[in-house]
Amino acid sequence: MSGEAKDQIFALIVENKPGVLFRVTNMIRRRGFNIESITVGTLADPSLSRMTIVIRGDEREVSQVMKNLYKLVETVRVARIPEESSVLRELALIKVKASNPQARADILNYAQIFRARIVDVAEDALTVEITGESRKIDAFLNIVKGFGVKEMARTGITALVRGGKTIEDEDKFGVVRHG
Amino acid sequence: MPRMSGARALLKTLQSEKVEVIFGIPGGAIMPVYDELLNSPIRHVLARHEQAAAHMADGYARASGRVGVCMATSGPGATNLVTGIATAYMDSSPLVAVTGQIPTSMIGRDAFQEADIIGITASITKHNFQPKKPEEVPPMVKAAFRIAETPRKGPVLIDFPRDVQVGEGDVKIPERTDYPRWHFPDRPPEAAVKEAAELLLQAEKPLILAGGGVIAAEASAELRSLVEELRAPLAIALMAKGCFPEDHPLYLGLLGMHGMPYANQALTEADTILAVGFRFSDRTITPDMSLRKDVKLIHADIDVAEIDKNVQATIPLIGDAKKTLRALLSHVKGRVKPRKTEEWLKHLEKLRRRARLPLGPERKGYLKPPKLMKEIRELMPKRGIIVTEVGQNQMWAALYLPVYHPRTFLSSGGLGTMGFGFPAALGAKVAQPDVPVVDIAGDGSFLMNERELATSVKEKIPVIVVILDNRVLGMVAQWQRHLYAGRYSQVHLGLTPDFVRLAEAYGAQGLRVESYQEFRKAFKEALKSDVATVIDVPVSPEENVYPINLPKSLVKTAIQPPT
Repeated sequence: MSGEAKDQIFALIVENKPGVLFRVTNMIRRRGFNIESITVGTLADPSLSRMTIVIRGDEREVSQVMKNLYKLVETVRVARIPEESSVLRELALIKVKASNPQARADILNYAQIFRARIVDVAEDALTVEITGESRKIDAFLNIVKGFGVKEMARTGITALVRGGKTIEDEDKFGVVRHG
Repeated sequence: MPRMSGARALLKTLQSEKVEVIFGIPGGAIMPVYDELLNSPIRHVLARHEQAAAHMADGYARASGRVGVCMATSGPGATNLVTGIATAYMDSSPLVAVTGQIPTSMIGRDAFQEADIIGITASITKHNFQPKKPEEVPPMVKAAFRIAETPRKGPVLIDFPRDVQVGEGDVKIPERTDYPRWHFPDRPPEAAVKEAAELLLQAEKPLILAGGGVIAAEASAELRSLVEELRAPLAIALMAKGCFPEDHPLYLGLLGMHGMPYANQALTEADTILAVGFRFSDRTITPDMSLRKDVKLIHADIDVAEIDKNVQATIPLIGDAKKTLRALLSHVKGRVKPRKTEEWLKHLEKLRRRARLPLGPERKGYLKPPKLMKEIRELMPKRGIIVTEVGQNQMWAALYLPVYHPRTFLSSGGLGTMGFGFPAALGAKVAQPDVPVVDIAGDGSFLMNERELATSVKEKIPVIVVILDNRVLGMVAQWQRHLYAGRYSQVHLGLTPDFVRLAEAYGAQGLRVESYQEFRKAFKEALKSDVATVIDVPVSPEENVYPINLPKSLVKTAIQPPT
C-alpha cells in the first residue's frame, strides 16, 4: 500500500488562533516532510481557517501525517483532496522585463492566450497576474522566461472537491476503513 | 462573577479539578501563584530540581490514574521540566505542567529567565496554552485537564505570564468545558468488532498482545475475561506489566529485546493476533521478530495514528480498550470451540519449559540481581508498587519480578529516562501513602536524581531505593561487551559515593548488605521506616541481563573480539 512518492493534497479546517500554523507545520516537520505548498485563509465562520497543504510522499506516509494532524487539539477536520476530482487553483504575480515595445506586445499577447491580466505597467517591466492549475502557470513562465523574469510570487495551491460534496463528506484519512 | 487575580483563578480551578498535590519549585516568574498557594488547601511538594518535580507528578499519575500536576518558574525552571514532560508524553501519562513566564509585554525581548517554552514543548505535549487575561485562566486550565486525561492521555503545559497571574478579572470557574471540540470514537463500529470476533473464533494459534493502553483504559478485568474465554495466550509490552496476573496459566511473558524467547517465538508463529493498546515499538517488536505473512492482525487502539504506523492491521478497532474488549467478549462468549487452542498452548508450554534463562556464575562478594528480584517480590505485598530506573535494573525487574495488579509497576518505557525512578517513586508514594513503594535502581540512574532524598526527608515520603551497585553504566557496558568486543568506553563510574553515608547526609536511612539474609533484614527494616531508605547492594560489573535478543542488524555491525 505504500506506493510511489507523489504530491498529495489535503485540506485542514483549524481554529483561527495564534500558533496553529506553527503546530501544523511542526507536526509535518517531525514526520520528515517538506511542505511543497501551503495556503491559509479564514472561513465564513471567522473562528475557523482552512489550510490547503501539498506534501510529497507515498500514500501511507501522508495518511500518517494526516492522522497526526487530526490529533492536534485545534484541528477540526482533515480530508484528502483527490487531484483528479477536484478544482485546484494557484495564483501567480510575475514581473516580466519589458524594455522595448516589441517585448511588451509579445508579453501582452501571451497573457491574452493564457487569460492572464496585466496588473501593473512600468517603464521596463510588466506585472502579470495569472490564475489556474500549477501546470498552466509553469507553462506561462516557460514562455515568458525568455524576456527575463525579474520577480515572482506564487500563492501555492488552494482547492475544492468538485460536485456537491464538501470535505465534511470525505473519509477523514483516506485509509481508515473498518472491516 | 467574582473579581480575582489570575493566580487565584489558577488555584481555584485546580481545586475544582480535585487536585490534591502540586510538585514544584518556585521562582521569580511564578511568585504570584506561590503566594496564592498560601491561601490554598492544595498540598505542595517542594522538589529540588524541576525535572524531578515532573517525574513525581508523572509517578503520581501512573500510580493513581489521575492527572499529575507540576509547577516551575520561567526560563531554566521551565526547561528543566522538559525531560519529565517528554517522559510522560512517550508513555501517555496524564500531566498538567504549569510554568511561570515573564510579563506579556516583555515576551520576545530576551528578558531575564525568558524561554519559549511553548515552542520548546510543542513536540512533547498534547497541547500547550498561554493565557493572555485572567478571565481566560479557568477555561484553559479546565481544557488542559480534559486534554491530558482524554485518551490517548498525555502531558499539557500552561505557560502563565506574570502579569496575567497578578492582573484581576471577572473570573468564572466553569463546571465543565466543551473545549476541545474534537472527539475520538468511543467504540469501534459493530461490524468491525464482529468480523474481528469471527477471526478470533477461527484461530488455531491465537495470541493476545497487551500494551500500556490496557492499563490506561483500566481494562484489565475485560482483558482477563477475553483471554480466558478464548483460551488464548497473552504476551505483554513492558508498559503493560501489571495489566494481567503473571502467575496466570495463560500468561506467556514479556516480549521484546529482553523478552522471553517463547513469547517472542509465539509472536512469529501466531495465526491471529489481537493487539490492544499496543504500539509495536522497536524495543518490543525488534526487526527480527517478523509476523507471519498470512497473520490476521486485529489492532485495537484509541489512537488512530497508531493504526498502520509500524505494522499493517487486518482489522483496525479504533476505540476505548475497555469497551472494545467487552464488545469482543460479547461476540465470542459461549461460542469458543472447546480445546481449539490446546495444541498451541501445549506447544508454547513446551517452549517455555525448554527455555533456560542463564543466571551466569555466582561471583564472590556480589549478589545476583534476578535472585534479589525474587527476594523483593516476597518481601513486598502484592499491591506494593515497584518503580524502576532505566537500564539493566529495569530489565531485571521486568523479567524476574512478577506483578499482579495494574499500576503497581512503573517504568519509563518509551523515553527510557535514567533518573525517572526515584522521583516517580516519591510521586507514587504520595498517591498511595498506605502502600510500600520501592525504586529498583542502578547506581548510575540513582545519581541522576539522588538529591531528591532531601525532598523525601523534608516531605516525609518514605520510599525504598534498592541500588544494584555495580559502579558501572551496566546496560551500556553489556552492549559494549556484546557489540564492541568488550572495549569499554566511559562506562565505569569509579568510586561512586558511599551511598550509606550519602543517604545519612540527607537525613535518610542508608543500609549496606552483603548477603541475601542481610538484604531481607534491611528490606524489612526499610518497610517499617518513616524516612526513605537506600539499600546498597553490591552487584558485579560483569553481570549481564538475560535473555537478550540483539537484532541481527546490530550484531552485523559489531566489532569482533581479537582472535
